[in-house]
Amino acid sequence: MSTPPKIHLENVCKSFGTKDVLTGIDLDIAPAESVVVIGGSGTGKSVLLKCVLGLLTADLGTIEVDGTDVTHVAANDRDETNKKFGMLFQGGALFDSIPVWENVAFGLIQGSSMSRAEAKERSIETLAKVGLSEDVGALSPAELSGGMQKRVGLARAIAGSPEIVFFDEPTTGLDPIMADVINDLIVTCVKDQGITALSITHDMASARKIGDRIAMLYHGKLIWIGAAEDVDHSGNDYVNQFVHGRADGPIHMELRR
Amino acid sequence: MNFLALIGRVVLRFLEQLGRFTLFTLTSVSHCVRPPIFPRLIGRQMIDIGYYSLPVVGLTAIFSGMVLALQSYTGFARFNAESAIANVVVLSLTRELGPVLAGLMVAGRIGASMAAEIGTMRVTEQIDALTTLSTNPYKYLIVPRLIAGLLMLPLLVLVADIIGVFGGYIVGVYKLGFNPNVYLSNTIDFLEPIDVISGLVKAAVFGFIIALMGCYNGFNSKGGAQGVGSATTNAVVSSSILILVFNYMITELFFSV
Repeated sequence: MSTPPKIHLENVCKSFGTKDVLTGIDLDIAPAESVVVIGGSGTGKSVLLKCVLGLLTADLGTIEVDGTDVTHVAANDRDETNKKFGMLFQGGALFDSIPVWENVAFGLIQGSSMSRAEAKERSIETLAKVGLSEDVGALSPAELSGGMQKRVGLARAIAGSPEIVFFDEPTTGLDPIMADVINDLIVTCVKDQGITALSITHDMASARKIGDRIAMLYHGKLIWIGAAEDVDHSGNDYVNQFVHGRADGPIHMELRR
Repeated sequence: MNFLALIGRVVLRFLEQLGRFTLFTLTSVSHCVRPPIFPRLIGRQMIDIGYYSLPVVGLTAIFSGMVLALQSYTGFARFNAESAIANVVVLSLTRELGPVLAGLMVAGRIGASMAAEIGTMRVTEQIDALTTLSTNPYKYLIVPRLIAGLLMLPLLVLVADIIGVFGGYIVGVYKLGFNPNVYLSNTIDFLEPIDVISGLVKAAVFGFIIALMGCYNGFNSKGGAQGVGSATTNAVVSSSILILVFNYMITELFFSV
């Protein structure tokens, strides 16, 4: 008997006015599996992630988390499901009115009602996991570099010991070395701890490193899903063009019309 | 035909905005009376709205009281009614100028700052981050500001009333040559509790309006810096207009013949 999926998406559709962004997404993510969704800018990767998180409501289809249908439950009304989630935002989305340690401990203090002292201790432990010292905890997010902000964002995402973590462009805007550091941290913090992960990116190095499976989103549908090691010989022209970053190909042709 | 379509679009857009605003207001108010409440955040907002607005409200009040005494004197002298100056100053301040001027000044200072802060949080995904950390943004961001606005404006207006009367006293006694005791007894003798109470009720309503418009415009801001700028402008303009409208309505309620 196969393991029930941690996340189950069936025919998920989302439109904004007359613009159809997602036109039927089907995807199952198994427990402890890491799936990376790749695709060009504006193809709806972030919309897909926000639909699963409940920040946007899908127009059609079903979204299940651990077998519970959460399709039409707004994010603010699904406390139990939210407690299973961690999220690393593209720009970090750190709260600039509070210090770094409190950012990391935020979910523990507000969401899990942990005492501030205990949450601070946990926060400093989590910062150490992403290679940041206790001193960094006292700084304001505005005082951190882009790479450090990503690491703090990652620490915040995993501080509450989530079962599922979402990564929105985890390496965007970072130099290649820092991007690789973040990828290694994601692998260490997420894959090695058996956390289920759904990431979106157009950084192929990142996708290969953090993903067990890779799916390509194009024109609102997942046009290819396969093992990360198969992405270079997928046999799909769209995937090949995207993976190799070629200007010529079916994607470019459609943009020219 | 195009003209009719334009009218239709404008009406639909207005109704959509009205619906969104009503929903936001009802949701916010319902969260004000449901636990959990964050006393720490309410305290911080009370200091921000009350304590830090004291200088600007105090300066506005003292000069308003002074100019009121001076203007009343030059006008009333034509009818030999100079003795009514103290009475006019205190009634004008407690009933109208105290709450309205304090409301407008606080709308400029606090309404703008709320819209800018929450708007920036919206466009940098910090509000989405709150939701993913199991924290309801209404409870964390909106409710503390609404409660603080509702409670602090009456206190500010009470202080403004006293400072304004003091301003009138300075001009009356030291410039216009009134007897200090007579001026003070004229001030107190004609003052009814309803004069002060109506001003404080107005202040509470204005405080709620300022916080509501600041939060609503910030919460619904879109785009980047330009969106936050528009939200800030809209917050100040809409709350200023609403203050003047509600000022008339509350006056009508208390003092209609």
